[in-house]
Amino acid sequence: MRKPLLRLEGLTKAYPGVLANDDVSFEIGEGQMHALLGENGAGKSTLVKMIYGLVKPDKGTMTLRDQPFAPAQPSDARRNGVAMVFQHFSLFDAMDVAENVALGMENPPPLRDLARRIRDVSEAYGLPLDPTRLVGELSAGERQRVEIVRCLLQDPKLLIMDEPTSVLTPQEVDILFRTLRKLSSEGTAILYISHKLEEIRALCDEATILRGGRKIATCDPREKTARELAELMVGQVLHPPARPARPVGDVVLAVDNLSLKSNNPFGTSLKDISFTLRAGEVLGIAGVAGNGQDELLLMLSGELLSPSAQVQLKGLPVGHLGPNGRRKRGLVSAPEERLGHAAAPDMSLTANALLSASARKGLAKNGFIDWGASEAFARAIIARFDVRTPGPHVLARALSGGNLQKFVIGREIELDPDVIIVNQPTWGVDASAAATIRQALLDLASKGAGVLVISQDLDELLEVADSFAALNEGRLTRVRSSKGLTVEEIGLMMGGAHDMHVAQVASV
Amino acid sequence: MIQLEKRKEPSKFWRIANPFLAVALTMLAGGIMFAMLGKDPFVAIRLIFFDPIFSETFASYSRPQLLIKSAPLILIAVGLAIGFKANVWNIGAEGQYIIGALFGAGVALAFFPAPGWYIFPLMVLAGAFGGFLWGMIPAILKTRFNTNEILVSLLLVYVAERILAAMSLGLMRNPDIAGFPGSRDLRRYEAAHNAELFANTGIHWGVVAALIAVIFAYAMMTRHMLGFHIQLAGQAPRAARFGGVSPARLVVVCLGISGALAGLAGMFEVSGPGGQVRIEFASGYGFTAIIVAFLGRLNPFGIVLAGLLLGLTYIGGELSQMMLQLPGAAIQVFQGMLLFFLLALDFQTNYRLRLTRGASA
Repeated sequence: MRKPLLRLEGLTKAYPGVLANDDVSFEIGEGQMHALLGENGAGKSTLVKMIYGLVKPDKGTMTLRDQPFAPAQPSDARRNGVAMVFQHFSLFDAMDVAENVALGMENPPPLRDLARRIRDVSEAYGLPLDPTRLVGELSAGERQRVEIVRCLLQDPKLLIMDEPTSVLTPQEVDILFRTLRKLSSEGTAILYISHKLEEIRALCDEATILRGGRKIATCDPREKTARELAELMVGQVLHPPARPARPVGDVVLAVDNLSLKSNNPFGTSLKDISFTLRAGEVLGIAGVAGNGQDELLLMLSGELLSPSAQVQLKGLPVGHLGPNGRRKRGLVSAPEERLGHAAAPDMSLTANALLSASARKGLAKNGFIDWGASEAFARAIIARFDVRTPGPHVLARALSGGNLQKFVIGREIELDPDVIIVNQPTWGVDASAAATIRQALLDLASKGAGVLVISQDLDELLEVADSFAALNEGRLTRVRSSKGLTVEEIGLMMGGAHDMHVAQVASV
Repeated sequence: MIQLEKRKEPSKFWRIANPFLAVALTMLAGGIMFAMLGKDPFVAIRLIFFDPIFSETFASYSRPQLLIKSAPLILIAVGLAIGFKANVWNIGAEGQYIIGALFGAGVALAFFPAPGWYIFPLMVLAGAFGGFLWGMIPAILKTRFNTNEILVSLLLVYVAERILAAMSLGLMRNPDIAGFPGSRDLRRYEAAHNAELFANTGIHWGVVAALIAVIFAYAMMTRHMLGFHIQLAGQAPRAARFGGVSPARLVVVCLGISGALAGLAGMFEVSGPGGQVRIEFASGYGFTAIIVAFLGRLNPFGIVLAGLLLGLTYIGGELSQMMLQLPGAAIQVFQGMLLFFLLALDFQTNYRLRLTRGASA
């Protein structure tokens, strides 16, 4: 048994209407790799926020190396050797690496010294990083390194990592894991939050599983199968989506040699994109975040226009048509960002149903809105996709992420399209809702629609896609069949470790 | 320690309550200001808010004035509110009001002294068109060159004022009266006169137009796709684009509608209560309408109430100038305070103040 580093006892935190954590107790040993598992909304974030001093527990105590530990704010936690790498980076694109690191420090040394230390630490842990590069030019994996190095400079005893691999290629994941193992062997404990079960089985030596704010179990993940872990997380038996064999029909969407400049200074321009999508086909497009996924969706949905012949829908040029013109001709889309892009936060679900459905569902006659029909349509989406909400009058922002995602994807599927484009369809959605959404997409394909799924979740793509391509710095690889595709190959399609030398971790 | 906390949902209560609270606070602060000017605050407040309607001595004159002053405010504010909902900030309604008046008066003066039923409708069209054109300048500059419509529309007010002065002294000057600036009096030209429709009510065609505009605006914002798109663009621009809204088209539509309505207001004023094109024709309705739009919560019916209230302060202001020798600027300060308090109070629709205990390290 390892010496305990951090002990949590009876941690409880309530928010209005929800008990985010209910009497959670467990221990993290020195140098231990401890996984925190759970679905979205299980209380993982609240729990680590309490450890990191961002949230104060209502009840319960923490003990760090036999001393009472009650950080009032993150700087207290950092002083006690607790560091955290967040899922969403807090970096400034227009500043270089060293400046960004300095911003996160209490008493930053002169930039020149800092740059040297960044270089030393990053080399020692196999995380190559040039302190003088602008963060805006870095890949997601490199940005994460900035965050990790920022933490390592504080010489932490406990490193909390929130979903660190969601932005990495498989090769980058390997590099990260080697770094984490080295840290662990030197005595740094790691609290690793994820819902990727295979990763946790490969990396961690203990796992605590949360469900609905309560601790369900602490176990050794290597002794359980991924399926057993998933069922512990969800609390029910899972069924993988059914994929009936289906005939593949004519080309419904063709993009020909399209280049498009991004309208965002730190966005990714698309370069020479060409592919075809057939009726009944599910095409999966992988890629690390920020490699042109958003731009690809905007270009296909009609929010960004292109020369008309370069985007063809059922043989007709549509590149010059806006979103509603394309919807009328059978192409619908669901962007990644639910709140603010796919849905208007401060409008009701009825209004949000109208948002994209008016063109195809005839919800407006001569421009006059049929609110009754819009509400009925919203109700239909809510019923078919099991959206948990008191009713269609509720504001979109009052829904949880997963429920809103079901609503947004459901809305597009209910439009009975010939082509549907979705970006990150199950991001932040719990396992059973994700299964519903994937099944609905597969059903749509078997009814003869062309389905294009852009996703950073490789397991998801392997589960649903018939054919496969990857976006890397705005370029799309050749489309190939997903039969027999290995994760290794996908990783290389995604750009490997983004042209960085696979790091040499000093042997332990 | 006092902390600001964002509300989960904007408070409906404060949304409705704030305009009333702002009026009360304005009375209080205005009273203090009047007291510092050496006037009895209670008398001044009563003169501004109550006497125009309730006093036996003044009401017979002031009551019809209420509609005359409020109608242009409401007409302009309804248009501005549509744009404000879409985050299109037309601050230059005063300029569109002036140009609308000039276009309307121009038609009348061109036909003078011919009779004809068609002259007044033509003036209405011309007035709306003039305001529309003046609104198109910031709209096109914004969509083509990405200029800021706030700045451009505001600066165009001063251009319009120069044009008004030039017209009063030159092209539109009354040729029959040598030496005096200003056009013919349209009230004396029957075919062009926007006369009172019912004696001693103050109801002229501008009042009718304001009512129609209120109803149309309400129907558009609640029942029509255009209104839906306007609200969408204001609340969630990216979602609007996803919904197929073209931001450029919306800028043109919003500035066009608010420009045309402001132009109409100017035309009804110049052909009725104002009477003639003259240098001091513009009286700030275009700016006061901004206050009306916000005080009315950008809602057409709210704007009716707010327009009546601000119309009242105009009349009451004149009354208090006459009776108490209050400076004319005092009433503008008064109107400004109203907007100031409203915006300050509106903070609490979205945030709440929370007292927290406990020390932070």
